[in-house]
Amino acid sequence: MTSDVRLLDAPLDHAAELARFARAHPAAGGIASFLGQVRGDDTVLELELSHFEPLTLPAMRALADTAMARWKLGGVLIVHRIGAMAPGDPIVLIAAAARHRRAAFEAVDYLMDHLKSETWLWKRERTAAGWRWVEPGHEDHADKARWSVGGLAGDAPA
Amino acid sequence: MTIRVLFLGRLEDAAGSGMRDVPAEPDVAALIASFEPALAALLCSDTVRVAVNGVLGAGPLAAGDEVAFLPPVSGG
Repeated sequence: MTSDVRLLDAPLDHAAELARFARAHPAAGGIASFLGQVRGDDTVLELELSHFEPLTLPAMRALADTAMARWKLGGVLIVHRIGAMAPGDPIVLIAAAARHRRAAFEAVDYLMDHLKSETWLWKRERTAAGWRWVEPGHEDHADKARWSVGGLAGDAPA
Repeated sequence: MTIRVLFLGRLEDAAGSGMRDVPAEPDVAALIASFEPALAALLCSDTVRVAVNGVLGAGPLAAGDEVAFLPPVSGG
């Protein structure tokens, strides 16, 4: 098993997922991970992510393949929630296993920047005023641009 | 002889529902033109992508096809 990419319509048990991923990659010297949670604030009561079956998962798998090709990795884990969540709930878990930590750190950073701006997911929030769709932020696109030619993060190390 | 149309994200609100079955049209442009003007204007935006039968791109249409309109994403 190299990359494990899934959409999950049930609570995300990030500790169990990470433990399983670590066991699957005993040769890795390091595993870096990122856990995204539904941001808690006083106004958002509920958050819902919808997806488009034919595109969402295939595009996430292609992104994992890109990271596998760009860095020397033993494996990549992406588990993304869909459906309804409450503030504080895990929404996405990303992990990368590598012989050396730098590749793992960079791959996770790269995957998260691209997931935010490219994944076929649509987010809406429920407040006391009702549901509203969340528009993509400019910050997300700037984060992704770090990885293009001439971007701040530059190319992967040889 | 219908086409199934899916409206993702905020387009669902604009269309009043996430899905509608409509009479077949020869292509996506004709399909969009068959909708109410306010919705058609939204769907013409450069930021709205189209997928026919789950594949990105707007080719010719036939009865039984599924057309999805995909607004800018907001995931993660």
